[in-house]
Amino acid sequence: MTDLTRLSAAELAATLAAGEASSVEATRAHLDRIAAVDGDVHAFLHVNDEDALATAADVDARRAAGEELHPLAGVPIAVKDVVVTQGMPSTAGSKILEGWIPPYDATLVERIRAAGLPILGKTNMDEFAMGSSTEHSAYGNTHNPWDLDRIPGGSGGGSAAAVAAFEAPLAIGTDTGGSIRQPGAVTGTVGVKPTYGGVSRYGLIAMASSLDQAGPVTRTVLDSALLHELIGGHDPRDSTSIPEPLPPLVEAARQGALGDLSGLRVGVVTQLQGEGYQPGVLARFHESLELLTKAGAEVVEVSCPSFDYALAAYYLIMPAEASSNLAKFDGMRFGLRVEPTDGPVTAERVMAATRGAGFGDEVKRRVVLGTYALSAGYYDAYYGSAQKVRTLIQRDFAAAFAKTDVLVSPTAPTTAFPLGEKLDDPLAMYLNDVATIPANLAGVPGISVPNGLSDDGLPVGFQILAPAKADDRLYRVGAALESALESTWGAPLLSRAPEL
Amino acid sequence: MSITTPALVAYDDAVRRYDPVIGIEVHVELGTRTKMFCAAEQSFGAEPNTQTTPVSLGLPGALPVVNGTAVEYAIRIGLALNCQIAESCRFARKNYFYPDVPKNFQTSQYDEPIAFDGWLDVELEDGTVHRVEIERAHMEEDAGKNTHVGGSAGRIHGAEYSLVDYNRAGVPLVEIVTRPITGAGERAPEVARAYVQALRDIFRVLDVSEARMERGNVRADVNLSLRATPESPLGTRTETKNVNSFRSVERAVRYEVSRQAAILDAGETVIQETRHFHEEDGSTSPGRVKSDAEDYRYFPEPDLVPVAPSREWVEEIRATLPELPQARRRRLHDEWGFADAEMRDVVNAGALDLIEATVAAGATPAAARKWWMGELARRAKQEEAELADLAITPAQIGELQQLVDSGRINDKIARQVLDGVLAGEGGPEEVVVARGLEVVSDDGPLLEAIDAALAAQPDIVEKVRGGNQGPVGAIIGAVMKATKGQADAKRVRELVLERIG
Repeated sequence: MTDLTRLSAAELAATLAAGEASSVEATRAHLDRIAAVDGDVHAFLHVNDEDALATAADVDARRAAGEELHPLAGVPIAVKDVVVTQGMPSTAGSKILEGWIPPYDATLVERIRAAGLPILGKTNMDEFAMGSSTEHSAYGNTHNPWDLDRIPGGSGGGSAAAVAAFEAPLAIGTDTGGSIRQPGAVTGTVGVKPTYGGVSRYGLIAMASSLDQAGPVTRTVLDSALLHELIGGHDPRDSTSIPEPLPPLVEAARQGALGDLSGLRVGVVTQLQGEGYQPGVLARFHESLELLTKAGAEVVEVSCPSFDYALAAYYLIMPAEASSNLAKFDGMRFGLRVEPTDGPVTAERVMAATRGAGFGDEVKRRVVLGTYALSAGYYDAYYGSAQKVRTLIQRDFAAAFAKTDVLVSPTAPTTAFPLGEKLDDPLAMYLNDVATIPANLAGVPGISVPNGLSDDGLPVGFQILAPAKADDRLYRVGAALESALESTWGAPLLSRAPEL
Repeated sequence: MSITTPALVAYDDAVRRYDPVIGIEVHVELGTRTKMFCAAEQSFGAEPNTQTTPVSLGLPGALPVVNGTAVEYAIRIGLALNCQIAESCRFARKNYFYPDVPKNFQTSQYDEPIAFDGWLDVELEDGTVHRVEIERAHMEEDAGKNTHVGGSAGRIHGAEYSLVDYNRAGVPLVEIVTRPITGAGERAPEVARAYVQALRDIFRVLDVSEARMERGNVRADVNLSLRATPESPLGTRTETKNVNSFRSVERAVRYEVSRQAAILDAGETVIQETRHFHEEDGSTSPGRVKSDAEDYRYFPEPDLVPVAPSREWVEEIRATLPELPQARRRRLHDEWGFADAEMRDVVNAGALDLIEATVAAGATPAAARKWWMGELARRAKQEEAELADLAITPAQIGELQQLVDSGRINDKIARQVLDGVLAGEGGPEEVVVARGLEVVSDDGPLLEAIDAALAAQPDIVEKVRGGNQGPVGAIIGAVMKATKGQADAKRVRELVLERIG
């Protein structure tokens, strides 16, 4: 019998629809896989086996009754722990939320449940999504399935590793500065950050409200499109949600897979290549550009000079918003509560003790940075200037998209680095997101498509960026590149990953 | 901070030598069905923590969405206060840690209020009008409510523990901020009071809030500073927080004038601080010390898109604004033809609505005023009640007056009917019937009484026959007494004169 965990979500959905396997079998196969390998990978913080199997059984029964089901019904999914799930722990990788069981579902979780996707569990992440290696989780490291001694990227290392290790065909990630795309690149998976406002943020434990966006983590471009269409679209509970319907994404992915990119103008961003990028990363990047040219695209170089300041602006805006978003974690209403052991137990001192004990170092670092950036007398110099840079970056994008249909770059400057290597060097860690951050600052969508292995045998990613609300272009170009790459390789990249 | 406050300066003395400048911030809770940023219902007196959602509890992941009705109410208020309405305005976060603020920041408008640059003409009791300039009216959310248990008098100091009720957290507020109110001189306390009262009346007419002071629907913070002369630069101000009745607003201003004058007289400087008002004795005392000069780290709320009311919508709202209290007073004044002083008394007695309703029930304005400002005002005073709280309706007064006008009862009997209605015996008609108070119009019994009275006072009969009609009143009085006042005095007079011939 087919190993159900090796199928893409689209293939598994077809298998279920054809009655060749049940959702219970598919869900059990993934739960078994989790039981077998997650001791090594540690992608999951919580495995939701009973509930997942119950959902699967329900879908099977509805299918047997001839009910019309969502195309992904019965296909299991993993959800990043930053997304609140009713009745399931939702820690955001932090001690401060240990034991908290949310009384409500995020909008995207409601949509997943309504469509009948069994939720396998919650995946590991850097605490409050702050990091690029998942090493800042309060619940231990996640290991890259390509090399267990290396990081799986971050903050969504758990979702990427789960998908790369065939523990789940689909996962939900969130991307504030690259937390979906960079883990995708270093684990050989596909990750999409939708247009800001394209997927509801209601129920995402916020890091930086103006940058956060949830999106799909999958093994194929088509799977991402399927999941994106399921979770995306307007939500009246999120004021920043885009009212217009999504462009047709699955259709774009199927169209792109045909391999014809005639007339497409592809812009290579001068500022997102060269110094700081591994030679192997750049080599794969240029090979992929050639494939796009072969498919009929016209490749040009475009300059986005303000991108040089993106990282600096990001590290003011993100911590500023985070410092305010994280204020609610104070031991007063939910989660961890720590009373001071010395002196009076006042509300203020309980808040301080709880936050002192509950937050990790990286979170504290960003809360302090953000608090400082918003302080009277510093606001204009820090937060105000950063917002101006943000406007300049948006203008660079607008100018670049006036001349091109999509922009491309390597997703991350390097392949997965060894665990522990950058833990004590925040700046080196932050540089991982240098190519992904501009999209968040401008609100435009981006995808990372695995485009080969670097000289060290580890996967690298190819980033495609499109104008806001033109997410369909990501899928068209991504699917075209994916199909061109796979025909040169003869098999998906992940088939070359070592057995776990 | 160790400065001891010198003895207060007498108010009259203080305002002779210093020019008071006031500034008032009024918060009004909007009477929307749901909260400012979520679908939790809001109503007074619900069980603690039952009117909440993940949003108003500040749970992780929850997001705010602006209540459109609250925006409409804020625009109504802005228009009623002659403000400009912003074409686009944002909310901001005011960051501070306190358990009654569930997110540890308050979502409030900061530098982009929905309404700005307005004014309100405030009428004092003697009819003087003082224009108050409005700097801004902005939207924000209320905080929850802390209850401190144990310790003394519900204060946090010494309490064993505290409870938080988040029912109020997220209730929509509009805060209205004046520019410095100058030129009021010794009448500053009156102006302050009249301003808050005028706002309260406007909120009610606009139907944006129940505006009940005693429930905290309307709360005022009163700023006050003194300067040597109206030409001097503004002095240092204090802000007396949560002054929650009209009378208290007036007292708080008076107290701060006296207190600050004493400090200035002593050559000291007034400390800029927030102060608490004490209902018991009308004094104020220092509140929180702003030691680390509270830095709220305001920044634009990234979870909300800007509020951008279209001009068409604003004009639609403007076109449907109800008649405002001052315009209504002027119109009724003209329609009723009362003298200025009469009209002022009516307004000050809170009888405007009652008289209007009584007129609507068929009484003439003069008759309606006579009842409410006369007999009923006297009874309200006896019972220490408000006119509106008396157990009689304007419709009943209208009915009563019609009974008089039709001659079925006279003025004196009408007072007995009033007694009956107030005693709960029913409407005027019912009381007249039940008590048998209808005017005696059958001349038979009347003539008997008249003959008896004439027989009893032959000397008067003689005088009248002699052409002196003056003493006839004594005969009429006797007849009225005999008929227990039920006779129509006019008819009695006619019959008496007829009899005497």
